[in-house]
Amino acid sequence: MFPANFDYVCPASLAEAAQFLNQHSEDAKILAGGQSLIPLLKLRLAAPQFVVDLGRIAELKVIRETNGGFEIGSLVRHVDIERSHLLARGCPLLPETAAEVGDMQVRNRGTLGGSLAHADPAGDFPAAILALDAELTAASAIAQRTISAQDFFVGILTSALYPNEILTSIRVPKLGPRTGSAYVKMSQQASGFAIVGVAAILTFDEKGKVTEARVGITGVASVPYRAKKVEAALRGTAASAKEIAAAAALASKGVDALSDIHASAAYRRDVAAVFTRRSLEKAAQRAGRK
Amino acid sequence: MKLPITVTVNGTPHSSEVEPRLLLVHFLRDVLELTGTHVGCETGLCGACTVHLDGEAVKSCMVLAVQANGSKITTVEGLASDGELDEVQRGFWEEHGLQCGYCTPGILLAAHDLLLRSPDPSDAEVRGALSGNLCRCTGYQTIVAAVRNAARKMRQKTRHMKEVPMPAARPQKPPRAKKAARKPSAPGVAEVVP
Repeated sequence: MFPANFDYVCPASLAEAAQFLNQHSEDAKILAGGQSLIPLLKLRLAAPQFVVDLGRIAELKVIRETNGGFEIGSLVRHVDIERSHLLARGCPLLPETAAEVGDMQVRNRGTLGGSLAHADPAGDFPAAILALDAELTAASAIAQRTISAQDFFVGILTSALYPNEILTSIRVPKLGPRTGSAYVKMSQQASGFAIVGVAAILTFDEKGKVTEARVGITGVASVPYRAKKVEAALRGTAASAKEIAAAAALASKGVDALSDIHASAAYRRDVAAVFTRRSLEKAAQRAGRK
Repeated sequence: MKLPITVTVNGTPHSSEVEPRLLLVHFLRDVLELTGTHVGCETGLCGACTVHLDGEAVKSCMVLAVQANGSKITTVEGLASDGELDEVQRGFWEEHGLQCGYCTPGILLAAHDLLLRSPDPSDAEVRGALSGNLCRCTGYQTIVAAVRNAARKMRQKTRHMKEVPMPAARPQKPPRAKKAARKPSAPGVAEVVP
């Protein structure tokens, strides 16, 4: 399988890339790590006139500690997140999620920004960045804007990015004291994609009550989502096993679940409840639940 | 429009003009005639085309040759030296870690990536690292045994090298830039990744 012919553009800076996209946005596709785009090019599901490779732009390959959080460049690879000491200490949900993406070879090439911009409904990172309430920065030659994780995923393989925009960085908070996080996933065995993936973050007060609960779910619907009914059910509780199970049962309530050859909608709903419970249990234990 | 690239493969620099759509696996096989790297599924799932790109295992059917411009590549042809199999290849030979051999070049390179980072991996770690490589013959049991056998051989070699220091011959560590982060960090600390 060969991609259709295209012209290859390899800008040396973000400004240069943005300038090019501003002129050719409708005919161009952005190449990051290539682990989603290159298969699409080979299948000729994508046949752009220009492929704009961001791979040489060093400024997009940095993980930076900021006040209260981290800023991760969009070209940072899964393997870099998996092995990041900064994130292991301050935001362990991301390394845990990165380790679940694809396989070793894919993680050696694939990038956080590429995977988010691809907006695969079965991708792993969307669940984590929803639970983290991350902010995504998009830049074009004209302007720069911030998009919240909740507004970023629009549809199957469709993000909120405009054709002339480049996702440049992802900002996530540092997880505070008495906070635990977890990502658990049921994989489709052949491809490794999530049938259901659940990222959970729980924060307790000093008396052991849940002050903050955030749950991101991927794989279940055409768009990854925050399970706000689960979150609301947990707030103020002690997150006992019973309370977690009751809240997790709401994981797919009001959501239009996907049905495909891997899993029916009903099965996805059942698995979503079970994996939400497991993810919350893990997060509660890690937070040191009383 | 063809573009000029220079890629160092198994220590030898090659300059060539390639179409941007040429995949790295076809550059290696058809342009350089290094046919040890195999084409399997062509969809990024089977791992038969695995090579090392700057010291890390990648699927060469999911990399454009132009993306590899300026990089160092190792293929299965670069593992043995002077007709002598390397530790991982001997590990596979002794434990019968292959039957038809089609997936073997990719698995050898994936195993190298693991063993460069993890000198004494458990069965679970080996299976995890090889989850991107499919074998339709062995049922994987002998492959896992072969990788652990290879790990023992590499550890023995490292011990030997500690006694007789030969820094140039040490296995190349994968590029990582995480050291600064081990110290307690203040806001503004950054990790620059390769």
